[in-house]
Amino acid sequence: MISAFPHAMPLEGFLGGLLIGLSAALMLLGLGRIAGVSGLAARAVGIADSGAPKDIAIAFVVGLPLGALLIAALVGGIPTTFAPSIWPLVIGGLLVGYGTRLGSGCTSGHGVCGLSRLSPRSITATLIFMGSGFATVAALRLFGLLS
Amino acid sequence: MTRALIALLSGALFGAGLAFSGMADPARVQGFLNLLGVWDPTLAFVMGGAILPMAAAWLWQKRLAKPFADVQFELPATTKLDTKLAIGAVLFGVGWGISGLCPGPAVANLGLVPLQVMPFILAMLAGMAVHRFTTR
Repeated sequence: MISAFPHAMPLEGFLGGLLIGLSAALMLLGLGRIAGVSGLAARAVGIADSGAPKDIAIAFVVGLPLGALLIAALVGGIPTTFAPSIWPLVIGGLLVGYGTRLGSGCTSGHGVCGLSRLSPRSITATLIFMGSGFATVAALRLFGLLS
Repeated sequence: MTRALIALLSGALFGAGLAFSGMADPARVQGFLNLLGVWDPTLAFVMGGAILPMAAAWLWQKRLAKPFADVQFELPATTKLDTKLAIGAVLFGVGWGISGLCPGPAVANLGLVPLQVMPFILAMLAGMAVHRFTTR
């Protein structure tokens, strides 16, 4: 069955997902807040007026790369394949930044925290950004911009 | 101080989960969004793994008067759907598809490949700033 999906990592995905869920649970039960990265990142650099206290936002944003670095050290490197051109990063970054602020969240806040809370707004947002992500990759392939 | 340490630990767990699950890799995320090509379902397993403990946490949260290390719960109370939510989600999805990155993996990549992810981080902050200075 897995051979139909040559790139799948179901076990690593599920275990890594559990860590993400525990992270969000710690944020909710410990500090009473949503572990939404777009909101916390905006707050940490002073772009958002409201949201988590700045010390909490900064500490979370500092923790993210440290956790990734720790895993990379433990397992001997994490493969990350970036496109050779910077334009996808620049255009994608602008849209992700603007869109997550307008839509009040991203994959973590709406996806992980909101879906598990059965929030109607988060379910709607997640369905829309997944759909728009699928459509975007299909369009990029159609125009030969992605293999 | 305790609050900052909890937030740091939460962030580190999040970053560890993203790295271990392969979600720090933009090519893998694009592989999930590539529904019509050689589809990579890993992201769905990540979502499932994350939602299980978080659903339990929401059930626990209902029985708590306040969080363990803070004075009160500060949670989104809006349930109304509006066009901002929809348009924001569409634009986010387009950017996610183009780059293979969303905010969590982008920030986590600062610990793995800081120079490569920097253009995305700077553009994302610029996009956030544009929203900040064009609303209200």
